[in-house]
Amino acid sequence: MNPSTLEIPCEIPAEPQNPVEPFLRMDRMPHIWCPGCGIGTTVNCFTRALLDSKANLDKVAVVSGIGCTGRVAGYANLDSFHTTHGRAIPFATGLKLANPELQVVVYSGDGDLFAIGGNHFIHAARRNMDLKVICVNNLTYAMTGGQTAPTTPAEIISATSPYGVFEPAFNLVQLADAAGAAYVARWTTYHVKQLARSMGEILNKKGFCFIEVLSPCPTLYQRRNKMGDGLDAMKFYKQASKVRHGAPTGECGLTKAGEIVVGKFVDRDRPDYFELLRSQMTASLGERYAEPEVMCSEC
Amino acid sequence: MHADPKGVLTGVHFIDGDHACCEGTLAAGARFAAGYPITPSTEVVERFASRIPTVGGIFIQMEDELAASIAIQGAVWGGAKAFTVTSGPGFSLMMEHIGYAAMTETPCVFVNVQRGGPSTGLPTLPAQADMMQARWGSHGDYGIIALCPNSPQECFDLTITGFNLSEEFRVPVMLMLDECVGHMTEKVVIPEADRIAVTPRRYTQRVPGDFRLFEPRADLVPDMVRAGEGYRFHVTGLTHDERGYPSMNVDTQDRSVRRLLDKLKPLSDSRAIFEAENLDDAEVVVVSYGITSRVAQRAIQLARARGVRAGKFRIISAWPFPERHIRDLAGRVKAFVVPELNLGQMVHEVARAAEGKAKVIPVSHAGGSVHNPEAIVKAIVEAAR
Repeated sequence: MNPSTLEIPCEIPAEPQNPVEPFLRMDRMPHIWCPGCGIGTTVNCFTRALLDSKANLDKVAVVSGIGCTGRVAGYANLDSFHTTHGRAIPFATGLKLANPELQVVVYSGDGDLFAIGGNHFIHAARRNMDLKVICVNNLTYAMTGGQTAPTTPAEIISATSPYGVFEPAFNLVQLADAAGAAYVARWTTYHVKQLARSMGEILNKKGFCFIEVLSPCPTLYQRRNKMGDGLDAMKFYKQASKVRHGAPTGECGLTKAGEIVVGKFVDRDRPDYFELLRSQMTASLGERYAEPEVMCSEC
Repeated sequence: MHADPKGVLTGVHFIDGDHACCEGTLAAGARFAAGYPITPSTEVVERFASRIPTVGGIFIQMEDELAASIAIQGAVWGGAKAFTVTSGPGFSLMMEHIGYAAMTETPCVFVNVQRGGPSTGLPTLPAQADMMQARWGSHGDYGIIALCPNSPQECFDLTITGFNLSEEFRVPVMLMLDECVGHMTEKVVIPEADRIAVTPRRYTQRVPGDFRLFEPRADLVPDMVRAGEGYRFHVTGLTHDERGYPSMNVDTQDRSVRRLLDKLKPLSDSRAIFEAENLDDAEVVVVSYGITSRVAQRAIQLARARGVRAGKFRIISAWPFPERHIRDLAGRVKAFVVPELNLGQMVHEVARAAEGKAKVIPVSHAGGSVHNPEAIVKAIVEAAR
């Protein structure tokens, strides 16, 4: 052994050094995610975005569904809800409507948000509900062992498509755009700066905002398809990604090994649910309209 | 504590059970409802949609019953009292979220205006065939409360009771109406707000850091918090410890799931809600609930006129089942007659509680109308032989 290594001071600092620690439930570490998984990277970006936004963290709530990304709610040191499979968005809708001063962030995976929960996604976007939806897209059902998702590209081998996927996949950014989302962006876990910046933007934007983050699943998706490990995924993201802000979302579909169009595609102002509610009720009821006082402090 | 007068429509009304139920939700303090249209229940939220903008609250029509039944739970953790309304097929879709409410101890109310089933069944006609589903419909072991009104007045009164019990025990409460009760129009008296008792949510007095979300008090029920107050709490449908953290552990599972049932025990015993008549001399007791109890009332009169000492036990709180009361009666009567608009559901509970000490005679009906009282009289007379 090189004697010089022994001289390196190895005191563990008493105070947390990593700036994201205050945002995590450190008493729940280590987390359950696999080596090379990208979910932790997205959480790191999210906590940096929160830090930069100077938001009052007591007023930020995270709602997740079920799956690997569904576990984010359990690690975020915020008011956090791990709901049922596919139903994070309607839960978040109730939470936001009852308590409008909360910043409600839905953090979930592609299977949860777009297969079992797909209907809720398009309706929340249609209503322009003031929710921030972050979808970690690993192109598979990872928690259950790597089955085909509505996002899995053609020709991929999965646990339930042993001879290759042949169903067409959803293009999530096009779906969000078509359903009326106020903000739509896509990044990969290679694009940590850009992702953190986008997350910061949606924390300051009203209405239904959507970020898709492509994220590696080395254990199930890549291993089964001989795509290497987490580092290989980063190399692929770096090589295949092309930043095209404002690209027509219809041109941003994903394939097994083709180009990954990233960037901010949609950023538009639409009145959100509360504005629409207030304006219609005031028009119909005039002074008889009572602003919602949903919370019961003493009731 | 008393009802907030903003939501209370004090006066004498001539309205149906669905509308009376809606007035009950408002009097109880509900300021959030999420629903999806389904006959014969929709009038409850139609009225809520009309009333709530001037009271101050939210109605949202969701995209399906799964969404409605979880949106209300988001609203509850945001600080609201909340409910949803449905019937057979929608009730089936809500089952997962009844389990979520039970597991996360989220106080909320599900109104089920029962219609004939299975599947699409008889959308516009009555049945009482969801009684077992109300109790057992979601997977796993858990407890719920179910109340069965038999008139529009009770739709009002028991809706308030339902909300109050939901807050006290932190459980989902089912209001089990049926198409007849929901669509029957009668006099409904709504008292002054200060005559209506409302159970406030039991928010913790502890400060963040010194609070555990699922630490039960002596009555086995933990205190609540709501989002946005600095508690930084975590709610999950996974088996969780007292901090609310997932715990895949046999001891935690045993302790927490047993508590979900044990906390409701008073309701099967001293706090069971029922109505009894002519039990002192009864040789045959008719056990009924909901709309069927009104037909049973007539049958009991007819049987008494024919010389049979018939008594009435009307179940109001069906779950937890009022077990001790049936067991006590079983020791001193010949038989129970159990009419219901299904092919045999609560009758099995009566038989279980009777422990063989009295005959238990079902008077089944597949639904679509109410019983002919004569069918019940016949069963009473035969039981007395």
